[in-house]
Amino acid sequence: MTTLPPETGKKLGLVIDLDICVGCQACVTSCKEWNTGGHSAPLSDHDPYGADPSGAWLNRVHSYEYEKAGVSRTVHFPRSCLHCEEPACVTVCPTGASYKRIEDGIVLVNPDTCIGCKLCSWACPYGAREYDHDDGVMKKCTLCVDRIYNETIPEEDRVPSCVRACPTGARAFGDLGDPDSAVSKSVAAREGFGLLEEFGYKPVNRYLPPREAAPRAVVAEPQGETASLPNPRSAVERLFAWADRALSH
Amino acid sequence: MSAEPVVNLNQPVADRVAKTTCYMCACRCGIDVHITDGKVRYIDGNRDHPVNRGVICGKGSAGIMQHYSPARLRAPMRRVGPRGSGEFEEISWDEALALATDWLGEVRRSDPRRLAFFTGRDQSQSLTGFWAMQYGTPNFAAHGGFCSVNMAAGGLYTFGGAFWEFGDPDWDLTKYFMLFGVAEDHASNPIKIGIGKLKSRGAKVVSINPVRTGYNAVADEWVGIRPGTDGLFVGALIHELFRTRQVDLDYLIRYTNAPWLVIEAPGAADDGLFARDEAGAPLVWDKASGGLASGLGPDVQPVLTGRRTLADGRMARPVFELMAERYLDPTYSPEAVAEGTGVPAEQIRRLAAEIAHVAFREEIVLDQPWTDWTGRRHEKMIGRPVSMHAMRGISAHSNGFQTCRMIHILQILLGSIDCPGGFRYKPPYPRQAPPWLLPHGASRDVRPDEPLGGPHLGFPLGPQHLLLNEDDSPARIDKGFSWDAPMSAHGLMHMVINNAATKDPYGIDVLFMYMANMAWNSSMNVGGTIEALTRKDENGDYVIPKIIYSDSYYSETVPYADLILPDTTYLERWDCISLLDRPISEADMAADSIRWPVVEPDRDVRGFQEVLIDLGGRLGLPAFTNADGSPKYPGGYPDYIVNHQRKPGIGPLAGWRGADGTKTGNGAPNPQQLDRYIENGSFFAHHLKPEQAYFKHANRDYLTWAVEMGFRTVPLPTIFQLYSEPVQAFRLAAEGHGTRQPPETHRARIARYFDPLPFWYPPFEGSLVDEALYPLHAITQRPMHMYHSWGSQNAWLRQITAANRLYIHHDLGAQTGVTDDDWVWLASHLGRVKCQVRLMEGVNPDTVWTWNAIGKRRGAWNLSDDAPEMKEGFLLNHLISELLPKGGGGYRYSNSDPITGQAAWFDLRVNIAPADGAGATEPMFEPLGHAQLPPAPGKLAYGSQFRKAKT
Repeated sequence: MTTLPPETGKKLGLVIDLDICVGCQACVTSCKEWNTGGHSAPLSDHDPYGADPSGAWLNRVHSYEYEKAGVSRTVHFPRSCLHCEEPACVTVCPTGASYKRIEDGIVLVNPDTCIGCKLCSWACPYGAREYDHDDGVMKKCTLCVDRIYNETIPEEDRVPSCVRACPTGARAFGDLGDPDSAVSKSVAAREGFGLLEEFGYKPVNRYLPPREAAPRAVVAEPQGETASLPNPRSAVERLFAWADRALSH
Repeated sequence: MSAEPVVNLNQPVADRVAKTTCYMCACRCGIDVHITDGKVRYIDGNRDHPVNRGVICGKGSAGIMQHYSPARLRAPMRRVGPRGSGEFEEISWDEALALATDWLGEVRRSDPRRLAFFTGRDQSQSLTGFWAMQYGTPNFAAHGGFCSVNMAAGGLYTFGGAFWEFGDPDWDLTKYFMLFGVAEDHASNPIKIGIGKLKSRGAKVVSINPVRTGYNAVADEWVGIRPGTDGLFVGALIHELFRTRQVDLDYLIRYTNAPWLVIEAPGAADDGLFARDEAGAPLVWDKASGGLASGLGPDVQPVLTGRRTLADGRMARPVFELMAERYLDPTYSPEAVAEGTGVPAEQIRRLAAEIAHVAFREEIVLDQPWTDWTGRRHEKMIGRPVSMHAMRGISAHSNGFQTCRMIHILQILLGSIDCPGGFRYKPPYPRQAPPWLLPHGASRDVRPDEPLGGPHLGFPLGPQHLLLNEDDSPARIDKGFSWDAPMSAHGLMHMVINNAATKDPYGIDVLFMYMANMAWNSSMNVGGTIEALTRKDENGDYVIPKIIYSDSYYSETVPYADLILPDTTYLERWDCISLLDRPISEADMAADSIRWPVVEPDRDVRGFQEVLIDLGGRLGLPAFTNADGSPKYPGGYPDYIVNHQRKPGIGPLAGWRGADGTKTGNGAPNPQQLDRYIENGSFFAHHLKPEQAYFKHANRDYLTWAVEMGFRTVPLPTIFQLYSEPVQAFRLAAEGHGTRQPPETHRARIARYFDPLPFWYPPFEGSLVDEALYPLHAITQRPMHMYHSWGSQNAWLRQITAANRLYIHHDLGAQTGVTDDDWVWLASHLGRVKCQVRLMEGVNPDTVWTWNAIGKRRGAWNLSDDAPEMKEGFLLNHLISELLPKGGGGYRYSNSDPITGQAAWFDLRVNIAPADGAGATEPMFEPLGHAQLPPAPGKLAYGSQFRKAKT
């Protein structure tokens, strides 16, 4: 049983815009690529060229259809650790390997003390934890803790790898505990929501829902005839008469 | 609570960062490759790069697994077992090059036609095409004929540009975007970046696509059209614009041939051609003078209507009238097309009204003066912010050329080509419409031991430019530029193997291919193609006697070649993405780029272009050899990139030319040029001035600069060809005019489909099979994380997609009595495939589809025989015939567009029936031998080596 910090300095997290995510998997492989050589290295792959390839991934995208107001739609849904304010995966940990950082709220696993008991993965209602069979420890999203403060890389690159990669700009990173941050403002403006809030784990990450397309203005049907021209006339004749008039101005 | 462990927050990413160009697909994004101890740690996007501006896609981030794939070829190989056995022996490069020189040299000395050299996903066609020209064979093309030639030809003949590499929507200003038939493909990151911008700004995105996935899933409006009917849909939009009189008349007069007079003399040899003056200029009726005048004159005030009398007393009418009559015909009314397209008339009418509203009531005015080609100054740039993009779903049909032209006509009627908010050209485009470039390779052009007189691929203006033998039979092995496909600007790679095996039009001695999986997912009729590759004559010899193939990986095609030239991975090679070929320009800039070896190969492999230049020297090809017979580019590909000059001062790269590196576009070779590229992130970009940025087709400052850069020969405007005279020239031949006419088998076909004004006709396959027997359409797309790549062997990407399903509408599932994962037989007139279904809602009810190229053949790619790709993965290629069913006259045409020869993949018609039991997909081919490959690892822990320095 591991305890949580009473308060964290920041609430770092991701805001994911479901309106523009096209499901391209860029965040998925970019995450894999960074983290297989980063803080959680490696993210092992089992049977990579065989019948049942599987491995540890800290971010996955699911695409599915749903119906809203009688209309079928398709959504692409990226899924990773939500860095809950009250993460059951931490409190259930018997060794203290899982912990929530006081400074920024990031939920991490200490690979040196993780015993691979998997209690955390049972406790997480979001399925966000990944057991690395070859490494024998639990892996999870680190919000790229080894990028976001890293003074050896350019300041503009100090964001999680998934955010850095995303081609449509559907992913944003920031402090959701600060109401004036850009991510908090976009959540407020777009009615961003958390997943399964009713469970009470207070997930930090937010999703922006698909926007409803506003009706567009249309041109009015044209006036049919002018007084000087006989009726009825074909569409071709009307067009030619209009073109002649328009060009004689 | 225990103390938090110490996390090293400042671990350096790598020892060094090397900036090069991605090759995981055709986008050519800039990448930063982070390298530690000679191993690739991480790849991300280059923020300065014009194509991707820092982002990277799902493929690009999986590049590490591509680079270290166990399917990489390791050394040159010579086949020792029968073709397809996979029995090879490794040989040295000296032996391999000597053998290739022997085979290729003999053909060149006797009959250069007997070499067919076709390259697949080739990004160096300015070199490969030039090499083929120097060799002297007429038989060269890349994969454009089975990819997107309908889009390229349709665009270039119409407005001197085209979608994708030739131009893009004005992502920053457009307010309304229509995306036709883009199956999550061309282009990758630029479209994603663009859609993100549009959606964030509230611009409307409309997708016209039978399938609602990917980009189409986030569109504000999805039009789930029936495949192959986009021409009807677009025709109805045009109908509505004409009916509601919402077209940009000033734009039509300024920039198009709408006012040009078309001769009306049925039966005459010049019926349907433009009336011209003595100097050959097209005539218009000039309002100012009240008479005929040259349509090219700067001061003319043409009218758009009225039948006029020519000097010889014959009649002529302006293009505008003919066009209006075509599309105002009731056959293009929304009501008339609703059933065929599956799009309700009301929706079509509303979409047309929305487009018109944005174009004409929400115009953009930029406070940017510019000068047109006549010297007239304009104080503002007026934009019609409707933009469009179209690709595979339009091009891969036998009516794709005309449909593509129709989309461009829609854009032009709205006045939205190269205006703010519309579609923007990317330099070197616009060219002339069509480009002033004729194909070469007619029998009179081909002589032993001599280069061809010009490039293979071009834009015929009429029958006089076809590539034919003395007896009017096709001069090219793929029948490109023959009566089968007169305007086949990219050739017909999909026909080469079949034609060579049947010796129709003739046999060959050497088939030389690069980077195209023709024995599997890049061919129609896979079984037939494999049979053709292994067919023997009465002496027991292969009908295609010698096959040379270059690839990086052990693909399904490798075992069918006799000599393997192993290529490098994309991180180990030099490359040149040239303005002479397919550059990386954006609308505001001319740009080109390179690849360079950021890591050294650990195998005995060489970049294909390196090998080609070496072979050029060994064969004594003039441009690759000095006068004393020594090789001209002893430094290989980088030597060629820097020092080759196509014309004095013009070389493969435009940046940092001149001895001191200060010249752009035109200048002497600079020995330091590649260093400058590498320092700059492996690309060069010349930014246009604001006054050059729009209306490039008629913008004096742009046109003058384009001449300086060698893009154009004269600073004259590109005039949009709503009515295409070259197309009419072919039709006149079919109607019995001229000295070169189609054979009787082809006459009616040419007369029907070569309509100078685009029209819609049903795709061929549906017209030739019993539609009641094959009621469904079948199409494919590539998943975004594998588009245009070799991804399905990639250890990471195959964890996302290792097997494909046949996606069908819920209603079709209910009718057929099948549900998710049930096995079905999918049958066409050619054959049948056993596969599993997945039900969905977002698909046209009469359409089934699947992910392409997921299915693999046992033995290939170093995947295990029980991999999902082998057992469940399937290809629709087995159902698609390379030849159409016999039509009237008994001649079997290729399954292609009759104008361009574009492979008609998406014309496929099928039926579906439940299949018994489970088991595996069918057809199931014998496993390929692969003894030369090392065993694939049973697990990966890539990255553990980078953990060492952590505290």
